[in-house]
Amino acid sequence: MKANSQETTASVWVEAIRKDRKATAGAIIIGIFLLIAIAGPFFVGDPHEPVGIPLQPPSRSHLLGTTGQGQDVLAQVVVGTRMSLAIGFCVGIIVVMVGALIGITAGFFGGWVDSVLSLLINVFLVIPGLPLAIVIAAYLPSGPLTLGLVLVITGWAWNARVLRAQTLSVRRRDFVAAAVVTGESTLRIVSREILPTMTSLIVAQIIGSTVYAIGAQVGLEFLGLGDVATVTWGTNLYWAQNDSALLMGAWWTFVPTGLCIALVGFGLTMLNSGFDEITNPHLRLERVWRAFLGGLGRLPEPSTPVVRIAE
Amino acid sequence: MRYILRRLGFYLVAAWAAVTLNFFLPRLMPGDPATALFARFRGQLSPEAMEALRETFGLTEAPLVKQYLTYLGHILRGDMGISVAYFPSEVSGVIATGLLWTILIAGTAVVVSFAIGTTLGIIAASRRGSWLDNVMPSVLIFVGSFPYFWLAMVVLFIMGFTLRWFPLGHAYSDNLTPSLSLEFISSVLTHAFLPVATVVVATLGGWLLSMRNNMVSVLGSDYVNLAKAKGLKPARVIMRYAARNALLPSVTGFGMALGYILGGSLLTEIVFSYPGQGYLLVQAVRNQDYPLMQGIFLMITLAVLGANLIIDVVYLWLDPRTREIGR
Repeated sequence: MKANSQETTASVWVEAIRKDRKATAGAIIIGIFLLIAIAGPFFVGDPHEPVGIPLQPPSRSHLLGTTGQGQDVLAQVVVGTRMSLAIGFCVGIIVVMVGALIGITAGFFGGWVDSVLSLLINVFLVIPGLPLAIVIAAYLPSGPLTLGLVLVITGWAWNARVLRAQTLSVRRRDFVAAAVVTGESTLRIVSREILPTMTSLIVAQIIGSTVYAIGAQVGLEFLGLGDVATVTWGTNLYWAQNDSALLMGAWWTFVPTGLCIALVGFGLTMLNSGFDEITNPHLRLERVWRAFLGGLGRLPEPSTPVVRIAE
Repeated sequence: MRYILRRLGFYLVAAWAAVTLNFFLPRLMPGDPATALFARFRGQLSPEAMEALRETFGLTEAPLVKQYLTYLGHILRGDMGISVAYFPSEVSGVIATGLLWTILIAGTAVVVSFAIGTTLGIIAASRRGSWLDNVMPSVLIFVGSFPYFWLAMVVLFIMGFTLRWFPLGHAYSDNLTPSLSLEFISSVLTHAFLPVATVVVATLGGWLLSMRNNMVSVLGSDYVNLAKAKGLKPARVIMRYAARNALLPSVTGFGMALGYILGGSLLTEIVFSYPGQGYLLVQAVRNQDYPLMQGIFLMITLAVLGANLIIDVVYLWLDPRTREIGR
């Protein structure tokens, strides 16, 4: 029974994505990159191994040329996809979990708990993230775990703030009050009554946080704060900058990686704004209205003034 | 007034949190980086330097609380210790050399991006269905998906390396000495152009989109309809009635975005070898110059807090309701 209801929820989402142009485009882009991340590394050679003369432009044997150390750029981009996306999605989910834990706790209990947690959230929001991330990462041994930890520390506050506000508004509704009166446990009220009302918000936050995580991760790795021996998108750019590829005119060492990062970010953002239109009735109504007018061959006009004063 | 005082109190708490974080971070980390640092520089630095370093880290035998109080005292006096890489320069002195350049780049970029983006957002919202409204947001979101520093790399490659329109790096030509001459100022401007332009292009979309969306919802409200119905000129309705209110969320976002944009511009500095805080920060990280690194973090944080306070004052001026509450 339960599996069945989950299945219908999933199919509702799939249907909604399919109907929305933006969401479809986003889903396709992300799908392709997930495929590359999973299967891609089996089709390309070892990204570490020098295979040719350094800084060769794209040719038939090396479709995207070679790096400053004679490695195959295509292999590096493809293999880098796996690690970068893995860190991005994991951090995206954990960031929202931490944010939800703190935000919902603050919003649900209110009072001094809320005051203390809100202060904590606001302090983390106002302290600039990247410099803080750099300082913490510089002290820890470099690697994916450090990166993940740093990104979670600097990224959770925004989600917590949004979810706190949402919890505050849901908390006042009658059905929550009814649940409290019937003596349901706090955990049950939160997980069964409050959380389900926020599903779409949380999905949107996970997508948004993933975009953040990928961008911030690439930035930190570009500075050399990741493990420069592993192949990720960020370390690719780090080596391109370090080998002065730019000043040698070797655009192929950084353009493909950057395009991949941007495409993933763009795809996720499209997916998100598609979700927004699916879940936000205001935007959806407007679209329906415009489509309706468009069907009649008319554009929406500004409202007609009752009195127009002569210029 | 009470509102401003409350905000001031919050920023003081935030500043204290940043300072405290700065103090405890090196002590919480595994493997004691300070000791590792000493091991690395043993033999390279004079005994006095080592002593100065030890003091910077507060690695005296004193109890933690006393170390902490000493540290707070030092920070309050603006003393952030001594840089390892630039020994025997003080951290505050090293930071000062880069601060002006970062403020020039990041400050200009933030203001220009906000102004252009918001204006375009107003135009997009008032001309629903035009190309600006339909195409621009998607294009700008796509551009905004690139990491700033990567955009900077591409722009530097095209405009600097291939076309040779702009210099490849640094803040001004090597053969000039800083002065108020026309030649020097124009050199600074041509060197700053590309870094500022890339940050502006990368951040424009966010402002445009948030302003557009706020405008759309405000334009649908009753008082705007009333203003239109009165027959006021469209330009007046848009600017004086709708835009002023739609601007409020963007102003709040401004403070929040500041830290983010500053972070991005730090990375942009690396690409352009621009001698600002970002460049110093990376040098500090690579040289394991922890005092300098922490000093820069603190400095940037304080700058962001100060800017946020200014934004709060602006907000007060823009939104009379906050004044009512404050009374």
